[in-house]
Amino acid sequence: MNTDAAGLGRGRAVTFVLPALVLIGVFLVFPALWTVYLGLTDYRLTGLAAADPQVVGAGNYTAALGDERFQRSLWLSVQYVLGSAIIGQAGLGFAIAWTMRGRRGPVRRIVEGLVLLSWILPSSVVAFLWIALLDRDGGTLNVLLGTPGAAWLLDHPMLSIIVFNTWRGTAFSMMLYAAALENVPPSHLETARLAGASTFQQLRDVVLPRIKGHILTNMLLISLWTFNDFTPFLITAGGPEGRSEILPFYVYTTALRGGQLGFGAAVSFLILLINLVFALAYLRLLRNRDRDLREAVA
Amino acid sequence: MTISLRGLTKVFPGGVRALDSLDLDIGEGEFFALLGPSGCGKTTLLRTIAGLETPTSGTVAIGGADVTALPPGRRDVAMVFQDYALFPHMDVTANIAYPLRIKKVPRARREAAAAEVAGRLSLSELLGRRPAQLSGGQQQRVALARAIACRPQVFLFDEPLSNLDARLRLEARTFLKRLQDDLGVTTVFVTHDQSEALALAHRIAVMDAGRIAQVGTPAEIFRRPATTFVASFIGSTPMNLLPGRVAGGTLRVAGAVLPAPSGLPDGEEIVYGVRPEYAELSPIPRDDAFAGAVTVLENLGTSTLVTLEGGGQDGDLLVQVVVPEGEEPPVGTSAWAVPHTGRALVYHGDRLAGPG
Amino acid sequence: MNAVRHVLGRLASAAFLALVVGFFALPMLWLATAPFDATPSITVSVPEFTLANFRAILDNPYALGSIGNSLIQAGGAAVIVVVLAALAAYALSRVRVPGRDALLYVLLLLSSVVTGTAAMVPIFELATRLNLVDTHIGVILVVSGGLLPAAIFILKDFMDATPTSYEESARVFGASPLQILRHIVVPVVRPGLATIAVWAMASVWGGFLMQYILLRDPAKSPSAVILYTLYTEGGQPNLDLISTFSLLYSLPVVLMYLFVSGRYGFRFHGGIKQ
Repeated sequence: MNTDAAGLGRGRAVTFVLPALVLIGVFLVFPALWTVYLGLTDYRLTGLAAADPQVVGAGNYTAALGDERFQRSLWLSVQYVLGSAIIGQAGLGFAIAWTMRGRRGPVRRIVEGLVLLSWILPSSVVAFLWIALLDRDGGTLNVLLGTPGAAWLLDHPMLSIIVFNTWRGTAFSMMLYAAALENVPPSHLETARLAGASTFQQLRDVVLPRIKGHILTNMLLISLWTFNDFTPFLITAGGPEGRSEILPFYVYTTALRGGQLGFGAAVSFLILLINLVFALAYLRLLRNRDRDLREAVA
Repeated sequence: MTISLRGLTKVFPGGVRALDSLDLDIGEGEFFALLGPSGCGKTTLLRTIAGLETPTSGTVAIGGADVTALPPGRRDVAMVFQDYALFPHMDVTANIAYPLRIKKVPRARREAAAAEVAGRLSLSELLGRRPAQLSGGQQQRVALARAIACRPQVFLFDEPLSNLDARLRLEARTFLKRLQDDLGVTTVFVTHDQSEALALAHRIAVMDAGRIAQVGTPAEIFRRPATTFVASFIGSTPMNLLPGRVAGGTLRVAGAVLPAPSGLPDGEEIVYGVRPEYAELSPIPRDDAFAGAVTVLENLGTSTLVTLEGGGQDGDLLVQVVVPEGEEPPVGTSAWAVPHTGRALVYHGDRLAGPG
Repeated sequence: MNAVRHVLGRLASAAFLALVVGFFALPMLWLATAPFDATPSITVSVPEFTLANFRAILDNPYALGSIGNSLIQAGGAAVIVVVLAALAAYALSRVRVPGRDALLYVLLLLSSVVTGTAAMVPIFELATRLNLVDTHIGVILVVSGGLLPAAIFILKDFMDATPTSYEESARVFGASPLQILRHIVVPVVRPGLATIAVWAMASVWGGFLMQYILLRDPAKSPSAVILYTLYTEGGQPNLDLISTFSLLYSLPVVLMYLFVSGRYGFRFHGGIKQ
């Protein structure tokens, strides 16, 4: 009904929106579009192709898709997302939220505080904490397990960064599931319990159907974030011998270290496309939920 | 200050016609009510007078000057919103003094003025409080004080009593009426509550679908509603509106034979209106009464609302009658509702054709 | 039977929570002990208490300066994000511009799709051409561009939740749009502005990739990058310095989160952290 409460007027409204849009346009939209063009050239950081890049068409894409290193990176990224986000963060996050449902007091505050702290500490700090924890010679983990000399980061680099990212990112899933579980009406659980349902049956028949939307939302978001995560680079830098080189590291090493900007842009564009699929699925989910809500109200 | 509206039309972007070429004149010092059901355009009309809405066509004049093109801040009006719109981050003094702050009155003077107005509305104890620390009634008085502090030519109140609980509302109603009397400033208020409009206003405009159905004093509107819409909207118990026909100089309404007003041709369809308060029950059959079985008794305190079912050809008409305490007929018995013909209203083509 | 199962259940959940506490606390123990240990080692041990290690921060040529750089970059980005996002969110919330919903939809999409990882190549190239490499303003603009969409989204939520009658009321009293902004809107949505400011500060303060790509000069680098070079450059890592500097550098983020959750409650927003 009301179109302009403060009497701002269209002109001023546009002036208010414009600076933000310009900044977003230059540093977010333009780079995304430019990636498409750069990916079609043989642009390099230095040398002849830096001064006079040539359009090579889909050459970078065929080269990337045929590159064994790229294929390995993509596969490692899939492992990283499945292992640390879907199984690690979502699984552990749900387990913690479920165990702590209805619990109040110091135990809850300590658990939540620690999980949150691992989420908010700066990347470079947590990276070193894990380097220290997993250190071959004096690492606390080896001292605890009595396995001096076990080189976790060299022998099991993927496992190490998957466990690391589970530790790093569980907070989000935990909070989201805790909020979702609070919305399950206690009367439903009580009804199931009166009918003699076991904990597992309560979970399957009462809880899961109610929080399905939250689970899907969480999976999409954490997959997207984990897929784009650069933090473990600070721990393994993709090594040893590229055995933990997930896609973000691959782009970084080929494009910015190796100077193959055109090729790197092509790979970036593939990442953008994968992100787009996740994001569209997420937004669709949001919209459906809005619509369901409206229908429920109407 | 007088307010006159000419040909006022407001069409919202969605195509909703909230005001439909509306004309209205409000007199100097009048306490004027805009009354109607929700969605009738009364709030849009108030906001158009304030300048918060720009009319699609038509003019608004305040004190004889055309203000249609003026922004709200230059119309010299003050508005009290339904939710009071007290600024949550300012204390009572700062809220009341805010209009003066905009007018660049020095701080000391505007705070003195705020304290003075607050004193008149018995808010002196509360000057340092934030709105969240006030009761609903106190918030309403602060909102009034803020409107008074800028000494406007016109007050506009949007549902001024609707956010108060029932008991406080009666108290605030009396207070509001006295305040308007004292100030003598032209005041327009919006309400959906007919009893509030009847109690407060000097004159009332009843609105329906963006148009004005009737303008008049509370007594005129109550006694002679101009249309069946107004008739059904006014009154704490809804008026009985019964279909009938003119036959041989009389009216045939739901089996009763009643006197017809002059000038209605034979065979015309009419609607016969009589308030439950203006009818009485007879235990024996009468020609000038509506017959029916007593089905429901509703205790109104000093009287009882009796519902008769079964009048008319199909036997599905309902007639309601208010009877004094202790005179309720037993449920299930037959009774006859006798209208006071001097108080009954006859509508022909939805226009008042006269008392029956 | 049931009672036994109940007790076993309680025991299992207690054991699980103990494991969780252990898992999450273990890596952080080092940060709590090493800075105060007279002979810090890579292994967690009960410290022989001292504050002397903090002297190492003063001895390093870049450590203290990098805190200043972090402040400039995080503060600058927070100011830009809060001011621009607030203006945009206010206009989008209050004035019906055609295509507003589509615009917001695209913004939300962009902010999640165009991540630093996916855009590092063109952003590096763009910064090079605009001569923004090795400048504070380059980092500030690039990270602000990434944070703005989510900030606009969250702030628009705040503005939408504020009744328009405040502004209309002020308008009837004759306040101009800018007066309404200053007197009414900004104070009323201050919690939202503070949340966004802290969120922007914290994400730039802890952020690594963009700063790492855009800055070569250690004199301009923020703590995130300096700390990384401290433990990756060759030779024996200086644990006095790394431990104390890590602690000093972590503290502000923790304090900011405590401030926000204590003052306004922890509002749960999807993309609050990237």
